[in-house]
Amino acid sequence: MTSLKQLFGGDTRQFGMIFALIALVIFFQIMTGGNTLTPGNMINLFNGNSYILILAIGMVLVIIAGHIDLSVGSTAAFAGIVVAMVMRDWNFPWYLGILVGLLLGALIGAWQGMWVAIFGIPAFIVTLAGMLLFRGANQFVGQSNTVPVPQEFRFIGAGYLPEIGPVTGYNNLTVLLGLGLCGVVIYGELRKRKRFEKVGAQPAPLWVSVTRMVLLSAVILYATYLFATGNRGTSFPVPGLILGVLVIIYGFISTKTIIGRHVYAVGGNRHAADLTGVRSKRVDFLVIMNMSILAALAGMIFVGRSTASGPFDGVGWELDAIAAVFIGGAAVTGGVGTVVGSVIGGLVMAVLNNGLQLLGVGADMTQIIKGLVLLVAVAFDVYNKSQGKRSITGLIMKNFGNQGKPEIPTDTKKVISHDASVS
Amino acid sequence: MDHHTILEMRSITKEFPGVKALDNVSLTVTAGEIHAICGENGAGKSTLMKVLSGLYPHGTYSGEIHYQGQEVQFKDIRSSEAAGIVIIHQELALIPELSIAENIFLGNEPTRMGVIDWDKVNASTLELLARVGLSEEPITKIKDIGVGKQQLVEIAKALSKSVKLLILDEPTAALNESDSQHLLDLMSGLRSKGISCIMISHKLNEIEQIADSITIIRDGKAIETLHVKNDGVDEDRIIRGMVGRSLESRFPDHTPNIGETFFEVRNWTVGHPSAADRLVCKNSNFKVKRGEIVGFAGLMGAGRTELARSIFGRSYGNFKSGQLFKDGKEITLKSVPQAIRHGLAYVTEDRKSLGLNLLDDIKSTTVAANLKKITNGLVVDEDEEFTVAEEYRRSLRTKAPSVNEGVAKLSGGNQQKVVLAKWMFTDPDLLILDEPTRGIDVGAKFEIYGIIQRLANQGKGVIVISSELPELLGISDRIYTIFEGAITGELRRGEADQESLMKLMTAGKKSA
Repeated sequence: MTSLKQLFGGDTRQFGMIFALIALVIFFQIMTGGNTLTPGNMINLFNGNSYILILAIGMVLVIIAGHIDLSVGSTAAFAGIVVAMVMRDWNFPWYLGILVGLLLGALIGAWQGMWVAIFGIPAFIVTLAGMLLFRGANQFVGQSNTVPVPQEFRFIGAGYLPEIGPVTGYNNLTVLLGLGLCGVVIYGELRKRKRFEKVGAQPAPLWVSVTRMVLLSAVILYATYLFATGNRGTSFPVPGLILGVLVIIYGFISTKTIIGRHVYAVGGNRHAADLTGVRSKRVDFLVIMNMSILAALAGMIFVGRSTASGPFDGVGWELDAIAAVFIGGAAVTGGVGTVVGSVIGGLVMAVLNNGLQLLGVGADMTQIIKGLVLLVAVAFDVYNKSQGKRSITGLIMKNFGNQGKPEIPTDTKKVISHDASVS
Repeated sequence: MDHHTILEMRSITKEFPGVKALDNVSLTVTAGEIHAICGENGAGKSTLMKVLSGLYPHGTYSGEIHYQGQEVQFKDIRSSEAAGIVIIHQELALIPELSIAENIFLGNEPTRMGVIDWDKVNASTLELLARVGLSEEPITKIKDIGVGKQQLVEIAKALSKSVKLLILDEPTAALNESDSQHLLDLMSGLRSKGISCIMISHKLNEIEQIADSITIIRDGKAIETLHVKNDGVDEDRIIRGMVGRSLESRFPDHTPNIGETFFEVRNWTVGHPSAADRLVCKNSNFKVKRGEIVGFAGLMGAGRTELARSIFGRSYGNFKSGQLFKDGKEITLKSVPQAIRHGLAYVTEDRKSLGLNLLDDIKSTTVAANLKKITNGLVVDEDEEFTVAEEYRRSLRTKAPSVNEGVAKLSGGNQQKVVLAKWMFTDPDLLILDEPTRGIDVGAKFEIYGIIQRLANQGKGVIVISSELPELLGISDRIYTIFEGAITGELRRGEADQESLMKLMTAGKKSA
């Protein structure tokens, strides 16, 4: 037990969520007779959920800051139709189309951010209005029609890493990506040990680090193998790649930069943040604006995948994104949550969805099961907190190089073993 | 007064994961007495009261509670209230948007055929308010009366439940002197009517004045019970019991080294944030010299905090007019970040709701006001953060296992040290400390005074706002008094005593 604790840093419960995800995958792998962990299905899973996961990244920041954004589905749909139309009617090339989409997202975000930050209207109201407004705008601009997008644009929603270099039987870029990731994991672990020596704290025993490196690398390499050996012409999907890059960028911003700290500060105690010199209104504005930009990106990826923009794109996305964030350990009251946690929360939902589909469970039952999972996951979390223990889901993520709310260890020994796992 | 025992708690032990909060504590309360419980923060006083009131239900602790001659096993607050034990918490449990009458009878509304009998509610409320000496209309909303009156409403509420044993947790912590005195008088009044009272307080002078017996708790153990009349108890005696040693002095020795005037406020006038024509600061002028500790004395609501916060980047109120000078040059501080850049720091009187993000840990709180200093390019340097926080933890002697500890878990004194560290890290020239020792126990107070003096010795100016006059007299080199938003006097160390301050703090009012 002690060794497990050391391996996972302080507390095995922290890993509840990762275990839940892995257990879920294994469960479905067995139940579907091996149809879950296949290249085709994994690609499907990423392509079909990447836009929700991207929304979850923006949403967790909004929720940490103490707000909510209900408009993301409509914003995504509005950006999607505008981009599709400028490419069809004005012959914009695909890259200008993307730029237009992102700018439109920023504009919508600035509009909503203005109401929240400057006029102090609750984000719930502003974005509820936005949900209606931009849904209407989508249908007005597109006259409720479906507008197809050109082939090149579909790359961002349904593309794969290209085949380059010598023929190895694997997709070379995917393999390189996987190996690179392993390298990063190992480098990060070693650097962490060095850091601990530098500040005079005691790092975890060597075997703990080694085991962690081996476990993580094994998971990455297995995923690499899956994605690199799919049907000809398929490999790691582009939306997955975009998602990965965003997770890294936003994980970094939320934990390692001043603005990231300020988001947590505002959500944790707005008045205290104000009196500490945080410009909380600017933080409000930025998280809301950022959310809309990511929503526009998610909308474009979706349009790329479905080859056309339609009047009912993105309906209900806000709820999926919010569910992912709360399963991922965020607190309704703000101040708590992590980017990686939210993405894992989203993946739990995605795997559940996918597995139930493979099993031939109907949409009705799927919804019931998803609803119960959301409720139980959060209830479990709340129960743990009320027992004076730290939130499981809120903490796991820290161990993945993403520092959310730090654990409160009860004794020094635990502190060290815990810290050793924080990069 | 008959001397039978109303309450006996026998060998109460209460454990939390990893901590023994109460270790075999026994407490005996005689009927019709005021029994004070003293101890440093974290000693276990509140835990003991939570056990008594059923907040920690029977079965979660070991030991027995005998009340009015019978063993009782409360399973929640309702059952203890039904028996006549009412606890009034430090943070008042009144609902601001409801009226006094609604609050008093909340959860206990008299009904007639299922409908609330408002006539009865209001009539009984008037009766209860008269008993606690409060002349307010029953329909007045709680948010419209001051905290001193709210305290009285809480007591009226307890009386409505026919209380036999009243527990007051830090009843006067948020009250000014006259409200405190009124409350203490009321408690004596209740005592003469046979209501027993347990009172937790850090204000030793009040305890000395009013309590019949005192139980001292230290580190979860009941150290001793003193009988005020028989044992010749005074403040020093209580302190000795609380800290386990005698404190020679309540204030560290300090020889001030005062330099030139470097900060000056001229004709400072600020309006109330919502009531347009009300002024919270009226034409105030004051100066601070380098290395000087300047006290601000005033009754609650006199405008001390408002003055401080309006100077600190206009974080309160509606700025009307006035000038700030620092090192001879006029400066304009329109925002908190600007104030911080100009070397100002403000430690709030309300640590929990304005001073700390309780979700944060020590290290991130320590660096929160000056993240730029530890940021290279884009990245906040977490090694540096750890090192800095660790340094402050050592030098301020913050009691915590490590700087990764969450601030919510610290005692008041240690939280205050973390807040001080946060502002010291901004390397300010002028620190404004608003009630720096509120809710902090005696030992930690001494340390905080030491820190304040060290800051002054470094040539910084320190403003200390406090409701406790002995504290101001003990620490300040100079004291300004404020009354209704205006500065009414200025006294140097040696000139000031409690009486002269009180007179200036109530200027214009006839002393009652």
